[in-house]
Amino acid sequence: MELIVFIITAVVALIGAVAMLLSRNAIHSALFLLLNMGAIAVLYLLLRAPFLFAIQLIINAGAIIVLFLFVVMLLGAERAEDERDKIAWQRPVALGMGLLLLGEAIYVLFARPSSTLVMSSAGAEDFGAPVRIGEALFSTYLLPFELTSVILLAAMVGVVVLHKSAETIERGTQSAEEGAQGAER
Amino acid sequence: MVPTIYFILLSATLFTLGVVGVLVRRNALVVFMSIELMLNAANLALVTFAQARQSLNGQILVFFVITVAAAEVAVGLALLVTIFHSKRTTDVDEISTLKG
Repeated sequence: MELIVFIITAVVALIGAVAMLLSRNAIHSALFLLLNMGAIAVLYLLLRAPFLFAIQLIINAGAIIVLFLFVVMLLGAERAEDERDKIAWQRPVALGMGLLLLGEAIYVLFARPSSTLVMSSAGAEDFGAPVRIGEALFSTYLLPFELTSVILLAAMVGVVVLHKSAETIERGTQSAEEGAQGAER
Repeated sequence: MVPTIYFILLSATLFTLGVVGVLVRRNALVVFMSIELMLNAANLALVTFAQARQSLNGQILVFFVITVAAAEVAVGLALLVTIFHSKRTTDVDEISTLKG
């Protein structure tokens, strides 16, 4: 039963990823990535990680993709890449190297004795429950937990600073244009 | 029971698709989305091994990876918007001012 759910969800995730790569419209790509993240969230549920299922949907699907959509619509970037690549052999070589990477990963997976790759079906009833994760976060992983708040603060400050410098670029070009027009008269 | 190897194969395939996306696409936003795809594939592998070894460390690491990925996307998109102000294009092939 779990195998059927896994196969359906894995197919959905792969369809989302391939469609994200192939779509010519960036908004469609973002929505296919949303589909992919939803499928991965369901896979987290299959892997006994209910807390991560919720976190994946809230943060990854609900905030990161929305941010992507905002920026795509803000920049008007949904147009397709019509012109040819500057390096003509870029696409074939990239596809070849991707296949090489996948082949290497599969080789490494199957070349070693897979004694460590056994799925353990037994386990505590509340394995991935928020209670257990909270206990670990606030005891063993307290330092990284506090540091993530510093990282998020740094990201917010960085975004505000970048927005301010973008404004001064705008105002600089505007005042340069006004100065040139005044000099012409 | 789903064998662990199936999850790891799916994670490897998604990661490879992300790598190909970064290399092939020219729209900077789709490149960012492919990077997010790679991060998600790695998260899937981490959660798989957390379940296989009955250890919560993998899930805690995924929690931190998701958080840091969110911060990185925010800063990366702000940088992209700033570049767009001067270049008026999101085509990564056009951003070649440092080319010799």
